[in-house]
Amino acid sequence: MTRREILRQSALQAGAIWAMLGQTHSHENAAAPSGGLRFFTPEQAAEVEAVAAQIIPADESGGAREAGVVRFIDLNLAAYEKDKQAAYTEGLKMLAAKCGGRFSDLPPAKQIEVLRSMERKPSVEVVFRADPQSDFFELVRRHTILGFFSHPQYGGNRDRIGWKLIGFEDAGVYQPPFGYYDGPGRSEP
Amino acid sequence: MTQYRPGDRVDFLVIGAGAAGGVMAKELAAAGFRVVVLEQGPHLRERDFRHDELGNLFRNALTNDPRRQPTTFRKLDSEKAEERPAVVYGRMVGGGTAHFTANYWRFHEIDFVERSRWGSIAGTGFEDWPIRYDELEPYYTKAEEELGVSGLAGASPFDPPRSKPYPLPPLPVKSSGVIFERAARKLGLHPFPAPLAILSQPYRGRSACLHCGFCEGFGCEVRAKSSTLATVIPAAEQTGKCEIRAGCYVRKIEIDRAGRAAGAIYFDERKREVLQRAKAVVVCCNGSETPRLLLMSKSNLFPNGLANSSGLVGKYLMFDSGSLCGATFEHPLNDFKSVVVSRLLHDFYDADPKRGFYGGGGIDARFDMTPIFFADFGLPPDGPRWGAEYKKLLRESFTRSMYVLSHSTTLPVESNSISLDPELKDAWGLPAMRVTFKSHGDDVKTMQFLLERQMEILDAAGARRKWAYPVEDITQGVHLLGTCRMGANPKRSVVDPWHRTHDVRNLFLVDGSSFVTSGRNQPTCTIQALAYRAADHLIQAAKRGEI
Repeated sequence: MTRREILRQSALQAGAIWAMLGQTHSHENAAAPSGGLRFFTPEQAAEVEAVAAQIIPADESGGAREAGVVRFIDLNLAAYEKDKQAAYTEGLKMLAAKCGGRFSDLPPAKQIEVLRSMERKPSVEVVFRADPQSDFFELVRRHTILGFFSHPQYGGNRDRIGWKLIGFEDAGVYQPPFGYYDGPGRSEP
Repeated sequence: MTQYRPGDRVDFLVIGAGAAGGVMAKELAAAGFRVVVLEQGPHLRERDFRHDELGNLFRNALTNDPRRQPTTFRKLDSEKAEERPAVVYGRMVGGGTAHFTANYWRFHEIDFVERSRWGSIAGTGFEDWPIRYDELEPYYTKAEEELGVSGLAGASPFDPPRSKPYPLPPLPVKSSGVIFERAARKLGLHPFPAPLAILSQPYRGRSACLHCGFCEGFGCEVRAKSSTLATVIPAAEQTGKCEIRAGCYVRKIEIDRAGRAAGAIYFDERKREVLQRAKAVVVCCNGSETPRLLLMSKSNLFPNGLANSSGLVGKYLMFDSGSLCGATFEHPLNDFKSVVVSRLLHDFYDADPKRGFYGGGGIDARFDMTPIFFADFGLPPDGPRWGAEYKKLLRESFTRSMYVLSHSTTLPVESNSISLDPELKDAWGLPAMRVTFKSHGDDVKTMQFLLERQMEILDAAGARRKWAYPVEDITQGVHLLGTCRMGANPKRSVVDPWHRTHDVRNLFLVDGSSFVTSGRNQPTCTIQALAYRAADHLIQAAKRGEI
């Protein structure tokens, strides 16, 4: 059965097809925002992109760089999480000091080593101490995930690269069987 | 659409258009009364709903926004509360029923009489309800029929008696449900189709579920989810007697010189203060905002907050307890499709003295990991969190994962509460909500006990890999219960068995705040059955002039 047939069968009966069509329409038209950087300088953007590209690297499919994650983060900081702007400005300075130059100029193995040293370690200390390095790493990691997997209308997840990676699709309509175990595998003991 | 003026003294003012408020509005208006419903959130329509995880789950499109309505949290009375998001609730016409997973469990008979069966529990206000399952049964049936619930009567041997089957057959089983059912049966347990307030077939002019996969956290754009937005609210409006007034944030319930409720003062969308007059007021703001509103409604007559002669307004807060584990399997489940839950079991619902602690719960098989959540939270907690191995794991796991979640008892502890923060204000200048909550030791033991059962099920299921998320004290609530508890004794409860406040004759509280005990933390069905029952009695009382 095609998607259209299912729509006709269950949605149209109830007079709800306008809602489905509206949904599809708005999604397909929700283009990613275009234009230049809104918060980062080009140099800052290159650094953030290099970090994001280690968090979700390219392999046989694109990673954070190819998904446009830095564009998402830039828009997010300019328009929504303005309270996190300073954390990036300061975090990038700290990163530069740690690398003795640009993070993006380091060879990949060295980049990974730098980020590992920034990650939060399980601490034996009883008292939790604020750690600006791991805070910054966690912030960029979180934003990389948001940018890689959120709807492309927010500037990241270009060509639905994140959704394709994991096998997610927002088709709007599905019908059973949905997977192996409720389909061909259902009769297994 | 019917519109009233603030100066019109309407018959009923309902505050909050969620699970209970929607039902009250429809019932009261259909009985011929003039009703105004004030809702702080917007009146969204189906066309406004988006399959947008970032907007819905991270930017609060349908829920309270902690940036404008901050909350503070602490575990104990002796601590100073810190600013932190502590409650999540639906902030829109439809309330939480617009975005909920739509699990729709009736309480069992035992839920109303557990204090008698179990005995007292030190450090808690564990008590029987003043009503019994039998009294509520007709209203459970009414809720299921009016709203549209899919399920299979008699499928669980632990189900309470019911006068009618579900109006709709269960939704199709998912791969997670098949795996769970097979494993649970191997262990001698009794899995059954999850009752859901989602339509498996077209019903009363609404569409059947299209299995799009956007239930939990999202509004249903085809009205297959039986939210009050899709059901009783339009029906209330169609009576020509009811106005749903959105964008109205109530700051105080007005009291006249005789000590009766006279209406409510709210901020409209432009932050202007408006007084809506009414002959009676019904508060349906949820278990956190209802006590907050009463505490904000101080007056000379009620210096400790409205309807608070017992001192119990805001006390005995109960959050949703539960524990979670996950697993991956050899073949794709594609469980991101369709509803969240398709199978469930109630074998451990009742408490058992042999366990050595009080508590019980239900266990379901589910998948509610939208992509961002999955990437941050859906993988084993001890695995890689970034880099090439992390990406590989993401690629392999999303379509092959499922989760098993328990929903368990939360004991009513007096120091667990909603109060007004002495310092922090919200964007309207009102005192921020302060939440004090620490899980009772037995709640934690129950979560741990159920987690072990959940892991046994995944073991029997032949999972490739399985993992448990650590059991911790609950620090954030979505199911908000118990803060204006129901009872016959005015010294030990806030509302009477018909939801009328002991202190103010024409003031009623109908929502999760009335709960005496938590049930097994699937409260929506009971909130709505209570609302139908409360409405029935309110209508009779009003017709007799007894309000």
